[in-house]
Amino acid sequence: MKILVCISHVPDTTSKINFTDNDTKFDTNGVQFVINPYDEFSLTRAMWFKEKQGATVTVVNVGNATTEPTLRKALAIGADDAIRVNADATDGFFVAKQIAEVVKNGSYDLVLAGRESIDYNGGMVPGMLASLLDFNFINGCIGLEIENTSVTAVREIEGGSEKLSTSLPLVVAGQNGLVEEKDLRIPNMRGIMMARKKPLSVVEAVDIASQTSSTSFEKPAARGAVKLVDTDNIDELINLLHNEAKVI
Amino acid sequence: MSVLVFADSSEGKFKKSAFEVVSYGKKVAEQLGTNVVAITINVVDASQLYTYGAEKVVSVSNEQLSIFNAKAYASVLQQVAEKENASAVIIDSSVNGLYLAPIVAVHLNAGYASNVVALPSSTSPFTVKRKAFSNKAFSNTTITTETKVIGLAKNSYGVHENAVNGTTENFDAQISDADLGVKSVSLDKATGKVTIADADIVVSAGRGLKGPENWGMIEELADVLGAATACSKPVSDLGWRPHGEHVGQTGKPVAANLYIAIGISGAIQHLAGINASKVKVVINIDPEAPFFKAADYGIVGDAFEVVPTLIEKLKAFKQA
Repeated sequence: MKILVCISHVPDTTSKINFTDNDTKFDTNGVQFVINPYDEFSLTRAMWFKEKQGATVTVVNVGNATTEPTLRKALAIGADDAIRVNADATDGFFVAKQIAEVVKNGSYDLVLAGRESIDYNGGMVPGMLASLLDFNFINGCIGLEIENTSVTAVREIEGGSEKLSTSLPLVVAGQNGLVEEKDLRIPNMRGIMMARKKPLSVVEAVDIASQTSSTSFEKPAARGAVKLVDTDNIDELINLLHNEAKVI
Repeated sequence: MSVLVFADSSEGKFKKSAFEVVSYGKKVAEQLGTNVVAITINVVDASQLYTYGAEKVVSVSNEQLSIFNAKAYASVLQQVAEKENASAVIIDSSVNGLYLAPIVAVHLNAGYASNVVALPSSTSPFTVKRKAFSNKAFSNTTITTETKVIGLAKNSYGVHENAVNGTTENFDAQISDADLGVKSVSLDKATGKVTIADADIVVSAGRGLKGPENWGMIEELADVLGAATACSKPVSDLGWRPHGEHVGQTGKPVAANLYIAIGISGAIQHLAGINASKVKVVINIDPEAPFFKAADYGIVGDAFEVVPTLIEKLKAFKQA
């Protein structure tokens, strides 16, 4: 089984979000970048298929050279090789088109990604990629077993889960539950040393127009100060929620 | 031309989000100077949508679509969008909507924006405001393709009545075997419980509760309010509560009318996941907890004293 894992390069979850150039660009100053948390669940599941079922694992990112440390981190976790498609990731459709080319050229039969990236939160790439390739597709995946080409999966639904059956070739968008949080791996020194020698190839992007563009950003309006209610005056809280906020 | 709205349903009945997307679709259609057409799949009474402005409802009944299937539903939406010459397709950004929309977008060669929170600020260029950076910011996004797919964030526009004399037309959708490449084997769903996605009120608790054995009062409080229960990430990581209850940046998003956080300090990742909620109440023994800076109402106090009193008082309030 040849697995391709899509890795998005995103600001760490604790990052302060600010914008520059008249609120048109994300301010990367002082921001630490990491593997998108949703992608990390998928990468870890891919490692399991590699170790238990002899799969090969390639990681891919669409981005400029600044994303390479993030790809190296994925190699340090255990991926065999990495591909960077050399382009600024302008929108989800553009990225899906680029990755579709990589999948066709590399004859991958399983593509693992995250449900969404924590920066643009588009949730576009996996579904678009599957449709462009005409692969089967599972979104919000929290369980995945593969035997030859037959696949059993679990996805999250509102208020529970749904068991699904399908077959390769397949695109899966994972999230927490695909592997447990405690099974996520921190690269060790040996992994980091080995990652330096693993192949990271840079391929040129195909010429595709984006379909959307982010023209400006804004931050949520500042909120008023919290109204504190005394512990021996809980009736007041009920009164505020009923008469002022009108939510009960 | 038309604006096509997917009015989602479950077991023959509309989800609440269906009325919100129709309300929203009606306004978008007005902005574009065209009509709104709603599509329903296996719904018993489609005429309910007239109340929210749907002049026309296209009703699909098909045994093969009795359980949600993203690719098959996308195929149906594509067929109806083409028949109705839709310039925009509106889908809610629920778990199923987010599964469906990118497939529809590729089929229609349409640009797609998810988690949209407001009406288009301009129709030429077509620009919508959407959530980004995990609720820490908004992005004004322009869709440049001729056809657009919009994913509407829950509770962002609201349900607005706008009654019209509508008509319903049946449509015989074509489903191929290729559309059914992913099959549903079984559903595992808690019955009779309010889900976090559907809930108007969410009661959430964190490590301040000290152990899973103390969740009885959280469930009771949720019961009194008709609310869903949720928890912080550390609590689900510790195995005190199931993963499905974890809300926050990497868990479930919450966009409720009222979010009550008990014994949750308010880490930036937690706040990112819940701050789309309209009103936030925090109960925490630590007055320095960052949650107090993000909340509308707060009580500095011991949850083990405050919550039982709150339950008692709310019961009295509900009876009054």
